Amino acid sequence: MIGRTFAAGLLALGLGLGLGAGAALAADEFIVVQSTTSTQNSGLLDAILPGFTEGSGIEVRVVAVGTGQAIKNAMNGDGDVLLVHARAAEEKFVADGWGVTRQDVMYNDFVLVGPSDDPAGVRGGQDIVAAFKAVAEAQAPFASRGDDSGTHKAELRHWSEAGVDVAAASGAWYREAGSGMGATLNLAAGMGAYVLTDRATWIAFGNKQGLEILVEGDPALFNQYGVILVNPEKHPGVKAEAGQAFIDWLTGPEGQAAIAGFTVDGQQLFFPNAGS
Amino acid sequence: MSLILGGDSELWAIVLLSLHVSLMAVVIAAAIGMPLGAALAVGRFPGRRALIVLLNALMGLPPVVVGLMVYLMLSRSGPLGVLELLYTPGAMIIAQVVLVTPIIAALTRQSVETLDAEYSEQLRSLGVSRLASVPTLLWDGRVALLTALLAGFGRAIAEVGAVIMVGGNINHVTRVMTTTIALETSKGNLAMALALGAILIGIAVTVTAAVSLLAARGERTGLRHA
Amino acid sequence: MRELPILAEAGQGASHAGIEAKGLRIGHNGGALLDVAHLALTGPGPTMILGPNGAGKSLLLRCLHGLIAPDAGTVRQDGQKLGAAQRARQAMVFQKPVLLRRSVAANLDYVLRRRPLGRAARKARIAELLAEGGLAGKARQGARSLSGGEAQRLAILRALAAEPRILFLDEPTSALDPAATQAIEMMILRAARRGTRIVMVTHDIGQARRLGHDVAILHRGRVVEHGLAHDLFAAPQTDTTRRFLAGALVI
Repeated sequence: MIGRTFAAGLLALGLGLGLGAGAALAADEFIVVQSTTSTQNSGLLDAILPGFTEGSGIEVRVVAVGTGQAIKNAMNGDGDVLLVHARAAEEKFVADGWGVTRQDVMYNDFVLVGPSDDPAGVRGGQDIVAAFKAVAEAQAPFASRGDDSGTHKAELRHWSEAGVDVAAASGAWYREAGSGMGATLNLAAGMGAYVLTDRATWIAFGNKQGLEILVEGDPALFNQYGVILVNPEKHPGVKAEAGQAFIDWLTGPEGQAAIAGFTVDGQQLFFPNAGS
Repeated sequence: MSLILGGDSELWAIVLLSLHVSLMAVVIAAAIGMPLGAALAVGRFPGRRALIVLLNALMGLPPVVVGLMVYLMLSRSGPLGVLELLYTPGAMIIAQVVLVTPIIAALTRQSVETLDAEYSEQLRSLGVSRLASVPTLLWDGRVALLTALLAGFGRAIAEVGAVIMVGGNINHVTRVMTTTIALETSKGNLAMALALGAILIGIAVTVTAAVSLLAARGERTGLRHA
Repeated sequence: MRELPILAEAGQGASHAGIEAKGLRIGHNGGALLDVAHLALTGPGPTMILGPNGAGKSLLLRCLHGLIAPDAGTVRQDGQKLGAAQRARQAMVFQKPVLLRRSVAANLDYVLRRRPLGRAARKARIAELLAEGGLAGKARQGARSLSGGEAQRLAILRALAAEPRILFLDEPTSALDPAATQAIEMMILRAARRGTRIVMVTHDIGQARRLGHDVAILHRGRVVEHGLAHDLFAAPQTDTTRRFLAGALVI
């Protein structure tokens, strides 16, 4: 009898929770934005999205993954809007017909972070390629995203310019995390490694341990974000109207002001530059 | 920690969604897995041994692979894309059902088969057919089946790889305990992540203790699975 | 144990279901585990099947009950082949009682529910059965927590709940002490007196003397002798029976 009571209770609890959650989910219209971990981990989207939802009645559901995965998900039609930072890949995405048009939204910059004892001696430099060369020469541990994300693509570009074959060093001083920015920063903090990160995630990151910014300010570290509406001709399920409304807001005066107004510890993390 | 336990409504929504997703998954997986396990236990058909080996192997399905399979099914460009289930709790429940059903089915198969070895002659003597003996075997094996449900629930509530892929960890929509812990860890908020982990463990312990208590009461009244 | 009631009033034997086995054979590696040319149980019973270990007693009982299909031969109940209708009027009690993991009452109800009886009728019948087996106070107790003797009594009550015309018993007291054995023997005799044919396997010669109306001696799968208990024990007709009764027949 006890077993029967329990089974009934379990069922009731399950169904009750089901109904409750079902009701909570019965919201207005929503769109899915495929975006990157940097926009979410920094807290930017959580801060600015309520402003858009209030005005438009459109809920924005953000799936935050690496840029590479975000683009693949969007190609599968699993998103209405793509908000990422890998210009070449974004332009190819549009050229191949997966997206409608690409627009600039904002930028932040990458910084080279490393252990405060700086075994490669790169502190204070403003040339990221030179700094990468120094790290490779010192064979100092370097943590890479290794996940085909926008940050990863940028990092690989710098290695290539520095003439360093990181594939040969993989597993030795060059460590590929295969994870998001935060997980990679945790890895770098744990092993006292150099790591290339976007400034926004770095400032908001809570587990810095002995790491600090060593190289910044090189124009090559400029990190541009673009926004693209997924092509409804490829995927009829795309909510083109709502998605375009979000893009218009994000690149319009209201969205740009919201981006500029987002700060962590008094520092502005993203710099709006739509239409520039 | 006190901030977390202070009745934060957002946190409670996450906890409730976790329970909702995992309990629904266990209820559905039980509805599929128990009859399946019982059929494998009492049925005699070619390929049965191979099926049992397969089922036991499926208990160790990697969540990420299940997440990927379910993602490919539910993606807009996948065969079930029209259902628009991707990035909803429904998708998370489906992924967990795939993970949990083999566990419940395999453990059910084992306990029913053990019981059947003891009961089959007596039940046949009473004129109970093989098929009709299944409810009897399930009911008399209820303590072991409860353990199977618990094992399934434990797997579901602790799982992150599949739900983050098909749920997307969307704030207020598909964010559950484990994906929140993953997110807070990636933000470097290790203290927060640990505190959430403590709550998750607390939930798992509470559920297990409640069920064990029921089972113990069952034993005291002599319903023990001896 | 000598003060057992005298069994089977005259005339009642006519109402007992008859059972007849012909040409029963179960082979094994070229030999035969069971090879019974003819066995007719038509008297009032109880019938005791006696024999040394490995003689095939349990196998014979299972064939008669239809739990095992023989390689050859037939079993008939009142002239009818064993079918569902015949088997529904039979029950069997095993050496080790197999009780469901439920209360004592629920074990009985499990059988009663399979019959067209109302709730009240089932409840009344459960009370009646429990009183018969001396388990009146234990209805709500878990069946698996009963002592060995109580458990076997419950198994017999559950078998009787189906109101069988034939009750097969496979060494039901072999694991029990003398007091528990006596209680069960009393139950068996009362069932026999109410008209249930008893077919019981035992290796205990004393028990066969106490309960048996007729006795069949089984040896190496064959019925070597079948006759009234009094005659068989007083004047065994075969050398095998004589040696078995003298305790000299081990296999």
